[in-house]
Amino acid sequence: MSDVADEVAQPLMHGCPIADSRGQVVLHAGRDAYIGVLKKLIDDGFTMCSDLTAVDYLTHAGRVLPEGIAPERFEVVVNLTSITTRDRIRIRVQVPESDPVMPTAFNLWPGTEAMEREVFDMFGISFEGHPDLTRILMPEDWEGHPLRKDYEIGHIPVQFKGSHS
Amino acid sequence: MSVVRNVLDDGLGGLDHNIVTGRIEDLVKWARSRSSWGATFGLACCAIEMMGTGGPHYDIARFGMEVFRASPRQADIMIVAGRVSQKMAPVLRQVYDQMMEPKWVISMGVCASSGGMFNNYAIIQGVDQIVPVDVYAPGCPPTPETLIHAIETLHQKIEDGELMRRRAASGAGANIHITEIPSEPAPVRMSGTRS
Amino acid sequence: MTTLDNIRQTSEGAQEMRSRSELRPQELMREIGAVLRMSEAEVAALGNVPSDPEEDQTMIINMGPQHPSTHGVLRLMLELQGETVLRCKPVIGYLHTGMEKTGEALTFLQGGTNVTRMDYLSPLNNELVFSMAVEKLLGIDGDIPERAVWMRMLLSEMNRISSHLLFLATNGMDLGAVSMMLYGWREREEVLRFFQKVTGLRMNHNFIRPGGLAADLPAGWRDDVRAILDMLPGRLEEYDILMTDQPIWRERLQGVGVITADEALALGTSGPILRSTGVAWDLRRDQPYLRYEDVEFDVIVGTYGDAFDRYAIRLNEIRESMRIVRQILDRMPQGDYRVQNKKVTPPPRARIDESMEALIHHFKIFTEGFKVPEGEVYVSIESPRGEIGCYIVSDGGPKPVRMHVRAPSFVNIQALPHMMRGGLVADAVAVISSIDPVLGEVDR
Repeated sequence: MSDVADEVAQPLMHGCPIADSRGQVVLHAGRDAYIGVLKKLIDDGFTMCSDLTAVDYLTHAGRVLPEGIAPERFEVVVNLTSITTRDRIRIRVQVPESDPVMPTAFNLWPGTEAMEREVFDMFGISFEGHPDLTRILMPEDWEGHPLRKDYEIGHIPVQFKGSHS
Repeated sequence: MSVVRNVLDDGLGGLDHNIVTGRIEDLVKWARSRSSWGATFGLACCAIEMMGTGGPHYDIARFGMEVFRASPRQADIMIVAGRVSQKMAPVLRQVYDQMMEPKWVISMGVCASSGGMFNNYAIIQGVDQIVPVDVYAPGCPPTPETLIHAIETLHQKIEDGELMRRRAASGAGANIHITEIPSEPAPVRMSGTRS
Repeated sequence: MTTLDNIRQTSEGAQEMRSRSELRPQELMREIGAVLRMSEAEVAALGNVPSDPEEDQTMIINMGPQHPSTHGVLRLMLELQGETVLRCKPVIGYLHTGMEKTGEALTFLQGGTNVTRMDYLSPLNNELVFSMAVEKLLGIDGDIPERAVWMRMLLSEMNRISSHLLFLATNGMDLGAVSMMLYGWREREEVLRFFQKVTGLRMNHNFIRPGGLAADLPAGWRDDVRAILDMLPGRLEEYDILMTDQPIWRERLQGVGVITADEALALGTSGPILRSTGVAWDLRRDQPYLRYEDVEFDVIVGTYGDAFDRYAIRLNEIRESMRIVRQILDRMPQGDYRVQNKKVTPPPRARIDESMEALIHHFKIFTEGFKVPEGEVYVSIESPRGEIGCYIVSDGGPKPVRMHVRAPSFVNIQALPHMMRGGLVADAVAVISSIDPVLGEVDR
């Protein structure tokens, strides 16, 4: 593995800034470098994709990011596991609201198919090259993407004096 | 009266006559309540407690209900056990429509009764928005004792006939109104016959 | 509204399986075989099926979402040629509860009530992974008292036992051994009774909370656990006689739903499915949490990757869990059942009468919620179904910005089409049952 533990002002792995989050290694990749970084990480031994999800940072815009990474509204987060070295690594990619498109990881791991469909359904981020990008959890004709911050939770007012709804 | 006293003392051997009379209506209601079959509509955690109720420890077979028919055509009681999501609602209604009259619905758990702790976009806030409910069983999930109490309440209501009385007025849940065709005093002429 | 309108409404549109003549090769690649199994040329050739309907001898049938196999509201669309399953497409979402959205509206103390209802067969494991993630964000994951950690391990393993017992019950019933359903529930009731004594509820306990647990173990718990441990081995022997050595059982499960190790890894499966292919990956051994590195247990691994291996793995995992519980019985330390951090864990109820400070802390924790420092963390543990993970993003407030649970069944269900391809319709039920999905966590 290349220059990970060097005492550089900006530690890099595969050309992307690396950060530490509560003892867990986080790689901040750009959208263009995303697939290349994933392929290199597979070569490094991270053969298992544990999780692929997204976060909407509309209400928390002031989060801490390494230098050189511009914060966008959405982030796609991928967690990889290495069975041989028993390590984990997390990759975070910023996705702008105006252009919510990401390349698909389906060709690297077929197991990301359902996870990317869920991200599409819940956040509206499309994945280029995904074989079947349709809604998975909501009905087919549902409008809106429920896990976005500007989507109301949709609760009905409860007729109870103590309730704050 | 003497017939009854003998039966209490000697069982069936104490019967003077071997004919016992009663009303057909009572007999039908008694049979319906003692041998109702449930339609499997287990959705979430409440389904596990429903299966536990059918298990050997709580055993609803003693109430006649252990047979859970998968086919709605053969079922009487639909126990909606669990949270009903937006995608599931039309399926629920379709299964309810396929059940034959008389049919009853027990809403098991708070999610089925009112949406439960999930007051959000994804869950129907109570299945009574979709199907008419006869008994609500609260709990998250209701313990098997609660479910048995709900089932027995329903059985009592079936036996009392109270539900059928109310149903007849509103069209029996499936909105079936039967208009009786009055009998003809004169024979009806078939078309195509020689006059 | 007529019945016909309802039938039209139950169509899920593009989420359903379309007939082969309508498919592009790329979608066929997803439905029939992923990158590992077929080359692009083979897949493209499959896509050029003549559109003459006379030639199309296959039929697409729908299984579910309401069907008697007790795995919840899973809908499968199967393309059959006679009795052989060619393609299978699972349609999920019939139990989508918006739990991740609800999680953003609940405080970190209330989050356990939400998360516990996802995988409702092993609720304590859901609560455990959520609490561990919150504790890591708070920075108190090293401060949890020993007794609390060992108690968590005890409850987690008892939950594994009850979940695998339910697997044996439903697997038996799906394959025709209906009496197995009754036996499995008989054993499970004992474990649930123990849970009721400890946590107050049979299911969905909300007992494992950030900072420790909600209460201490009741007096006499050792006798209860010993009674369960004494009863179970004999019953498991009976199941071995009833099922494992029985020719009908073996015929129905051996060679059914075979998956190779490469496919299982590529599809992201974990837990008994991955272990049945020969990959010895168990998070309790390989990325130990709680005190699993201090107890002795074996990781059960299969060889053929078929449904029989998965059944045998789960049966023997009950035995391994019992072994762990026996060690916990001997080694349970004395101490606190939760960390004494006033900002996180509420004070004991008796102190509220005496101390104003305790009252204020109780009030703040239960109404506003304790604040969790900014950051993001992913923690995963080994649930009976595989790797369950919790990814929490916090912005320093009392409620999470994002609470995501990586549900093992959600990912394992992607293995269904591969396992079913080429098998018979009757094996479809066996395959679903051997994956042991819980639709609550699939749909969340």
